[in-house]
Amino acid sequence: MTLTAGSARVGGVDVATDAHAARRKIGVALQEAGLDPRQTGRELLVLQARLFGMSKHDALARAVELIELVELTDAADRRIKGYSGGMKRRLDLASALVHRPEVLFLDEPTTGLDPASRLTVWDEVRRINELGTTVFLTTQYLEEADALCNRLAIIDAGQIVREGAPAALKAELKMRLGLDADPTLDEVFLDATGRTRSRVAGDVQEV
Amino acid sequence: MFKDSLTLGGRSIREALRTPDSLVPSIFIPVFFLVVNVGQTARIFPAGETGFLKGQNYAAFQLPASLLLSASFGAAALYLVEEIEGGYFDKLRATPIARMSIVIGRLWAEFVKTGVLAAAMLLISLPFGIRIESGPLGFLLLLVVVSLWGVVFSGFMQLVALKTRSAAATQGASMVFFPLLFVTPNFVPRNLLTRPMEIAASINPVTYVMEATRSLILDGFDATALGRGFAVIAVTMALMLALSVRMINNYD
Repeated sequence: MTLTAGSARVGGVDVATDAHAARRKIGVALQEAGLDPRQTGRELLVLQARLFGMSKHDALARAVELIELVELTDAADRRIKGYSGGMKRRLDLASALVHRPEVLFLDEPTTGLDPASRLTVWDEVRRINELGTTVFLTTQYLEEADALCNRLAIIDAGQIVREGAPAALKAELKMRLGLDADPTLDEVFLDATGRTRSRVAGDVQEV
Repeated sequence: MFKDSLTLGGRSIREALRTPDSLVPSIFIPVFFLVVNVGQTARIFPAGETGFLKGQNYAAFQLPASLLLSASFGAAALYLVEEIEGGYFDKLRATPIARMSIVIGRLWAEFVKTGVLAAAMLLISLPFGIRIESGPLGFLLLLVVVSLWGVVFSGFMQLVALKTRSAAATQGASMVFFPLLFVTPNFVPRNLLTRPMEIAASINPVTYVMEATRSLILDGFDATALGRGFAVIAVTMALMLALSVRMINNYD
């Protein structure tokens, strides 16, 4: 992507002037798990580590660590084309972590996953964060943001319309509207974006 | 870049070993053409009475066309476009390697694969009375010429893959090997072609690669034929690499 205006820095590094250094600071797992189906999970992680400059020995050791982290030990030596959607997503997460990035970008990491796989990915994200990596996550599921984020920003039409800790945002809305019950993040979103919901003939419609 | 290209090339070779079925057309189709063409025309060009055969049978004359056909399938480009469509290409681009390593990695793997396939075809053909006039060194040089041509052809197909990002378009573009390989002196030497065909063959760069490989089989070491062949490979490879650098560095 080419910068059209302004600048961007990650971990203190300008992404436009020092792209290689920026790539070493970040890990990225995109919405669709980009994996090579003909490799095994272990081979993929070793290759990724080698491309980040690790020796063969270190790459093998790092692959073992990550395979254990994302709980793919039993499937590590199977070809990726036989993995389920959830396993692919976890392997994709692992491959984004091979070089111990300071910041991990996750683009809608649970889109299209069944509830069990979604909870597993949530656990992985929490574990990665506890190990010291900042996780920058985009999602359309506000319950996901509520479950995972220390701080969130709601973006509407390209603008940040609300920002803060989930609990603080909900508390602010409850107080401001004088609600009896605790609101959800969905309600914070509707309030922040100026939208409402009306129920018509059993269907939820956005108006 | 060299180390990363080797690492990525190793992966491409592993990929080829895991999909041996993808190599079958690269052997079967050229051998099929060799058998059919020789079967249909060998009696027109008897070994002892046809000057341009230099005492060998007609299969020796036809073999270079089959070797070059085997090197002109561009499977590497199809794997590349599959990676682009599947998102793994973006993953590789997000690593701190020179982007050109991704292209070079596949090309050196293509060099190795084409060399192995060409060696297999040559070894299959030797019991049928084909001699490599230039000897063991010529045999190796033959593998180098054919493999380098495989790299050039695959490189251009990778350019199509990077430009179109479509498997269908890439596969369609590989059909260019028909004019490239058949508007050549593949049945008779250039001086025996009809005038229009001779002109067309003389313009076609593959003609000189074919004549170089053929000279190693029939003549020994012909400096002129080899010089022209390597010159064509050097120029086309330089062009392909320059375009690849431009294409992959501007890929967005």
